[in-house]
Amino acid sequence: MAAGVATWLPFARAAAVGWLPLAKKTMPKPPVDNSSRSDEILYLNVSGVRFQTWKNTLDRYPDTLLGSSEKEFFFNEDTEEYFFDRDHEMFRHILNFYRTGKLHYPRHECIQAFDEELAFYGIVPEIIGDCCMEEYRDRKKENQERLAEDTEANESMDAPLPPDSTPRERLWRAFENPHTSTMALVFYYVTGFFIAVSVIANVVETVPCRPPEGRIKDLPCGEKYQLAFFCMDTACVLIFTFEYLMRLFAAPSRCKFMRSVMSVIDVVAIMPYYIGLVMPENEDVSGAFVTLRVFRVFRIFKFSRHSQGLRILGYTLKSCASELGFLLFSLTMAIIIFATVMFYAEKGTKGSTFTSIPASFWYTIVTMTTLGYGDMVPNTIAGKIFGSICSLSGVLVIALPVPVIVSNFSRIYHQNQRADKRRAQQKVRLARIRMAKKGTTNAFLQYKEDRALGGRDSDSTALCVKNRSAFEHQHHHLLHCLEKTTNHEFTDEMTYSELCMTESVGFRTSRSTSLSSQQGAQNNPTGCCPRRARRRAAMRLANSTASVSRGSVQELDTLHIKTTSIPPQTRSSLNAQADDLKLNCGEQDFTAAIISIPTPPANTPDESLPPSPAPIPGILRNTRATAFTHETVKISSL
Amino acid sequence: MGLVMGTFSMQSKQVSYHKDKADDDLEMTMVCHRPEGLDQLEAQTNFSKRELQVLYRGFKNECPSGVVNEDTFKQIYSQFFPHGDASTYAHYLFNAFDTGHTGSIKFEDFVTALSILLRGSVTEKLQWTFNLYDINRDGYINKEEMTDIVRAIYDMMGKYTYPVLKNDAPKQHVDAFFQKMDKNRDGVVTLDEFIFSCQEDENIMRSLQLFENVI
Repeated sequence: MAAGVATWLPFARAAAVGWLPLAKKTMPKPPVDNSSRSDEILYLNVSGVRFQTWKNTLDRYPDTLLGSSEKEFFFNEDTEEYFFDRDHEMFRHILNFYRTGKLHYPRHECIQAFDEELAFYGIVPEIIGDCCMEEYRDRKKENQERLAEDTEANESMDAPLPPDSTPRERLWRAFENPHTSTMALVFYYVTGFFIAVSVIANVVETVPCRPPEGRIKDLPCGEKYQLAFFCMDTACVLIFTFEYLMRLFAAPSRCKFMRSVMSVIDVVAIMPYYIGLVMPENEDVSGAFVTLRVFRVFRIFKFSRHSQGLRILGYTLKSCASELGFLLFSLTMAIIIFATVMFYAEKGTKGSTFTSIPASFWYTIVTMTTLGYGDMVPNTIAGKIFGSICSLSGVLVIALPVPVIVSNFSRIYHQNQRADKRRAQQKVRLARIRMAKKGTTNAFLQYKEDRALGGRDSDSTALCVKNRSAFEHQHHHLLHCLEKTTNHEFTDEMTYSELCMTESVGFRTSRSTSLSSQQGAQNNPTGCCPRRARRRAAMRLANSTASVSRGSVQELDTLHIKTTSIPPQTRSSLNAQADDLKLNCGEQDFTAAIISIPTPPANTPDESLPPSPAPIPGILRNTRATAFTHETVKISSL
Repeated sequence: MGLVMGTFSMQSKQVSYHKDKADDDLEMTMVCHRPEGLDQLEAQTNFSKRELQVLYRGFKNECPSGVVNEDTFKQIYSQFFPHGDASTYAHYLFNAFDTGHTGSIKFEDFVTALSILLRGSVTEKLQWTFNLYDINRDGYINKEEMTDIVRAIYDMMGKYTYPVLKNDAPKQHVDAFFQKMDKNRDGVVTLDEFIFSCQEDENIMRSLQLFENVI
């Protein structure tokens, strides 16, 4: 029931007195209302702005936060008011909803912020009044589209290929996003070039060239240099055919690919050539053959793969199909009307060009689009009058749907611009985020260092300690706990990169603070690593400033592992034991501890090691080479 | 072309019609009524100042212009009885409330009626009820009026009742009513007959007390 109707309930109940004399049975007892009768004023403090309202007002909607007992959670006994730490400007609208029963959407607010406020107060957006509902819906749809295309762009475009993609997938990817690899780019430009060449050849071969000796009439170049043009055509068609077949092979869904517009264009572009080859030089069919050559001009549509603007135009036309349809329909109606009128108006005159109604169609179209060729002109006065009306109305009818189409095009074009801009900004953003993260990591490492040194020099530690806020202290303690839990340590980039540079590492025990060789090392905090059973890691902590040298004693630091995929072949051959840890990381930078393990120097690691579960202390293996692009760190364990 | 011109002219005529209606609405909403002072109302009715304040706030919230017209009244009343059709009974109620026959209920009418119904004496309540039943205000309730009222009440029940509503149920009800109320069997019920009969009936007397604590 609507809010305000609750006010009328007492009146409705009072009016029930009118039924009493008629009642066949006795009336039931009324419900006992124990709640206090007198209406009280409640104080609502929303980030400092005090609102006051009757309790009854809020009670109108008992299934919202303010109308139910949920608001008691926000009651502040000291000040005897309900305190909400939210936006007070939007609270105005929420409170007005209680007062008037209508929820309005403020146009200048962000739609997401508004939605969040509604969700907080337990109000369903569907009750927004009619006056504001349309605006709300439009903004919401717009926002959702934007979000959808954000996620789509993130996923599809720049996501790196999974490491185990087949050549077919890679090929498809190269075709769809040419900027991902150089080869694809080269191929892209080559095909573009050949499309251009083909189109130009088609055009040029109809230009009249100087006739060879013995002929007077001008010859089109196509016939003069027949062989040359034929060779060029063949080359182009070969390239196009090759490209089409490659795409067909690489397509994830061949049926879908064959039905797509671009594929159809490709086929139409190359078919005439093959049909021409197959067909004999017969006069009967040569007419049809000539028609086929017209289809060669469709090759120009292949450019739409290369040009974003063309694609946008095509998409716009598709999305404005209804407006275009309306335009066409209204034009047809007008053409028929005016053609009929003109025909009958000009019927009497001798030598009139308006021989039939269909013939008048031509006049009407030419007049309505304000072309006015002048090949057909009315002679009678009536004809001239109607002709002028025709041209005036033509302007109007055409001018109406055009702005709609234009605005659609503009919207889609800007959307695309936004996508490009966002991609560029994304890179900058990611770089900045990375730097911020590095900052925190360094702070933590500093903290640990201080703690390690803490025993010796109490003064300096005291100083360091003071420089950190309570929050930082707690945060660092938390990270420390995590390290202890996983038996790994955090480290920084440089150390890790050094580690990665080396193929194998020999270690020595460092003065680690903890050595645990028991239960398997837990993996990184993001926890996406598969843990093989019974894995144990012997890990030692290392000095954070240790440098890594090949083959010699090493003290390793924790690794800072960036995430990208590594091709499987870079896995170090060592520790093919099943006890390998494979750390697989998500998208964020993750710091995992690396272990420095004591190993007798004689036991040179790597390839020489037999894959036996010998009681070798765990050896750290990094994957080869590519420093930051490693995703997996194999850590063998005891 | 003439067709086109014709269409255009038709459009404009329609537009002007809408404009008139909008003007009427505008005029209606301009009418704003303010009730008499709080003290006066307190003297006239059996409500305290506080109660009047609560009542007026609710009333003003629903009808910012200060008056309720019949359509709004019907709409409001119908919302309490969604199963059936409450418009007929609401119409009779409206007439009962609108003692001045102005076509709209002002706050004073509203509060006066409520005062009678909730805080009035038994006689006053019964008098009000008699006024409600007496549709043409001639001082007598005849069978047709009663049948109309009873049928309106049964309409509020809607279609889905248990036991199933029969067509002659209102008529039977009216007959029973007249049996009880019409003492001199002259086919009409006067105010005195009505009050007298009701005071005889224990049930009615008891139930009249039920609605006193509504506010």
